[in-house]
Amino acid sequence: MAADEKGKQTQRQAAMAVLAHVDAADIAGHLDLMALPAHENLREPENGLVMVRGRIGGDGAPFNLGEATVSRAAVRLSTGEVGFGYTLGRDRQKAQMIALCDALIQTPDHAGAVETQVLAPLRAAIAAERNRKAAETAATRVDFYTLVRGEG
Amino acid sequence: MTTFAELSSGFADKVLSAQTTFRSVMDAMARPGSVHCIAAASGMPSGMMRGTAAIALTLFDHDTPLWLDPRMAEAAEVAKWLKFHTSAPVVADPSICSFALIGNAAELPALDRFSFGTNEYPDRSTTLILQVESLREGLAFELCGPGIEGTTVLQATIEPLDLFARLAIDTALFPRGIDVVLVADDAIVAIPRTTRLVAEGD
Repeated sequence: MAADEKGKQTQRQAAMAVLAHVDAADIAGHLDLMALPAHENLREPENGLVMVRGRIGGDGAPFNLGEATVSRAAVRLSTGEVGFGYTLGRDRQKAQMIALCDALIQTPDHAGAVETQVLAPLRAAIAAERNRKAAETAATRVDFYTLVRGEG
Repeated sequence: MTTFAELSSGFADKVLSAQTTFRSVMDAMARPGSVHCIAAASGMPSGMMRGTAAIALTLFDHDTPLWLDPRMAEAAEVAKWLKFHTSAPVVADPSICSFALIGNAAELPALDRFSFGTNEYPDRSTTLILQVESLREGLAFELCGPGIEGTTVLQATIEPLDLFARLAIDTALFPRGIDVVLVADDAIVAIPRTTRLVAEGD
């Protein structure tokens, strides 16, 4: 049971890592293709501020770095699963969709569909973008090497 | 996650609902003894009336400590709902709370257990949110005070019956004192600390 819970947790974390880094339009595009179960907003999407804390090095004293705008939402499916969505920025729609995905991942019926229809394509898009950037950067790489060391 | 499965939702339209509820409460405070209706729709935990839920969603936040009477506190859902939607801390000591939610008004604790505020900051007193049976029928209470032209009559079924007698301590305490909001389903009546009972009949 505990291991099962832990696996779920990891799965949700992995989904968040993908969803937080893509545009709202992309999530919406993939979610639209899915048959969504009935759901309601437990917490209406809203904007707010969070204080970002930082510390210098691993052992520095914590300090307040500054405030960041965050949107959050909570969605409940008709079957009872509740998903939470937090994202940087003021895009409330995105927070709501992230919460919906989070709720769907917890259901046995929809977890697979979300993985294949939403998360996998988005993950591939992120990876493709990253590779493209890496390739672009790699093309301008310069290798320096020493012809003669100034010893003579 | 399953703990949230039964949680009721908050306001469907946060901003407008909070604004209209605030307006109703403000009007009720300005015209003590008059019945005002809470129009905003929201979910609510069991044991909490519509008006109470709307007031909670409008006025409570992390800066307003709450005290729940035993009736409210025994329903775990109430505290959880308040925490999720308002993030207001629930305290065990009624003398430091900004709002006290009273589900079983018949067993209202002695008023001096709540905060009266200070002479410098009389606004730091406790506001009682009292759930009562009816604000449309029952005994007639004749009220007077600021905000009432002459006198006004409130027809209500209120527990405890000596509520107004107890609230008479506000006279000696002024400017300190306790404000009360009576709630019956979606109807609210405010009894601020300046309102007095003229006479009681049936």
